Amino acid sequence: MMHAQTLTLATQWFDPGWRSVLGTPFMRNAALAGILISLAAGFIGYFVIARNSSFAAHALAHIGLPGATGAVLIGAPVSLGLGLFAMAGGLIIGALGRKASKRGIATGTILAFAMGLGLFFSRLSASASQQMQAILFGSILSITDSQLLGYLIFDIVLFVVLGLVYHPLLFSSVDEQVARAKGVPTGLMGIVFMLMLAGTVTISVQAVGTLLIFALVVTPAASANTLARSPLSAMVWSCVICLISIWGGLVLSAMLPTPPSFAIVTIATLIWAVSQLIGRRQA
Amino acid sequence: MGEATTQKPAESVRFEDAAVRRGRRLIWSHGTFSIPRGSVTAIVGTNGAGKTTLLSVELGLVPLSHGSVRVLGRRPGEANARIGYVPQSYASDIDSNITAEQSVALGLNGPLFGFRRLTRAQRDKVHEALGLADIDDAAGLRLSQMSGGMRQRVAIAQALVADPDLLLLDEPLANLDITGQRDLVATLSHLNTRLDMSIQVVAHDLNMLLPILTGAIYLLDGHPHYAPIGNVMDSRLLTHLYGTKVEVLKTPEGDMFVRPNPLEEPRGRHPHTHTAAQVAQFHAQGEDSAGHDPVECDPPQEQSKKEDR
Repeated sequence: MMHAQTLTLATQWFDPGWRSVLGTPFMRNAALAGILISLAAGFIGYFVIARNSSFAAHALAHIGLPGATGAVLIGAPVSLGLGLFAMAGGLIIGALGRKASKRGIATGTILAFAMGLGLFFSRLSASASQQMQAILFGSILSITDSQLLGYLIFDIVLFVVLGLVYHPLLFSSVDEQVARAKGVPTGLMGIVFMLMLAGTVTISVQAVGTLLIFALVVTPAASANTLARSPLSAMVWSCVICLISIWGGLVLSAMLPTPPSFAIVTIATLIWAVSQLIGRRQA
Repeated sequence: MGEATTQKPAESVRFEDAAVRRGRRLIWSHGTFSIPRGSVTAIVGTNGAGKTTLLSVELGLVPLSHGSVRVLGRRPGEANARIGYVPQSYASDIDSNITAEQSVALGLNGPLFGFRRLTRAQRDKVHEALGLADIDDAAGLRLSQMSGGMRQRVAIAQALVADPDLLLLDEPLANLDITGQRDLVATLSHLNTRLDMSIQVVAHDLNMLLPILTGAIYLLDGHPHYAPIGNVMDSRLLTHLYGTKVEVLKTPEGDMFVRPNPLEEPRGRHPHTHTAAQVAQFHAQGEDSAGHDPVECDPPQEQSKKEDR
């Protein structure tokens, strides 16, 4: 009896035509965006953790919210408003310095104010109010071709810059005092990092939204950190985990009546939980 | 002296009437001394006397407010590629998965822009440095899994990997047990005698370092002074330096050590300051007098003046 009920529930929930859903253009765009987002989030995520900046990553997405709703208000692209606000926020947080204890409260205060401002902007126009849900929780299935092109350009710029600053950025991230003594421009590295993070957050918001960004920019990198044995391999693993989360989330959302964001975050969280168990066993 | 760059200057550092301010506070002033190459120098002084600031000045990270400093014959900051620096904070939390080997490699390629892989020669260099710091058996271990003492060895290996002429260590003995302290002193002795490295060590406890020290910078009453080790090991100077009675004892084997003497606390321990001239006078008296009474502590009205200009 009970069993039959679950079975009918399952058949109601399960979409047998999920393969055809995966073949649609919006799924193809979502899958391509997944690659581009994973590449950026995977590499930047490692530095987020090494620099003890996970709260900053979380905050930047929220600080971008008023930019996003404000952009809708004046008819500008959402990503543009979000990106500008996130970058400005990144520069402010960067200027607060590396002392995490000191900047935590300042960052949180700015975060709260920005969220409030975002809500205020969204109430000023009906269209902004409609988009609020998508901005907060993501809308990976609505990514356009021009957005994809934007992501591609961002990734190329990101990897050119990253290739240039890789060693000094890593040095200043894991050992700031010595790096500064060795002549690394640690202040400049902080600014470059924050700008790269703001850009990564901006393109990742499309996939999971400002509220769930942590699961895409920080969580895969944390999982990779416990599994990989060098910074570079951790970055690559982080990309792979990020991609598994996004693609797996897309497939699940085609099979089951669940929003992709939920499925993506769930997979990322499960992988993280497993990695922590493995890490604990190793230690 | 700037012309003959090919010839190494005879001194590792030279201070000329150097002074440092942080904000409005004068940290120390009237620092005039030079330290020869190949020396092992302790930097001593009470908490907050500006010992770490002195290292920061030599690294060019903190500007002087007065006077000049030359490090390895260059201006501070210009010779940093030839300086190995081990800060005090190696015990802090590490969120990176970086291993000892990778951390030491950053001492070579960390300051360089543009991505490049480690060459075979560089890899050998890394392992040589790990060996010098006696931590090569843990090369593949993550820093986050290491004890404070092991991390410190890695930090020292990182400082050594670029073949420095001058090694600066900030309180390296503070977090080590006695065996660790002894091993570290042996390592420093090896670096100094075999590789002719000049070494400066910020230290609270001189005893462990005494066998290898050639001199000390002591921060006394707001002024850095340098003296060869024989002159520093004067109980009256040390008593004045630390504000508590310190004895210098000699064992039958000729080893010296210092210890606080609880029976003979100086009378009326006010915090007090002196001008450079007063200190010089005190110092001159101190050198030729072995067994006199302790110096009278200055009356408290002196304590508020710390202004020099």
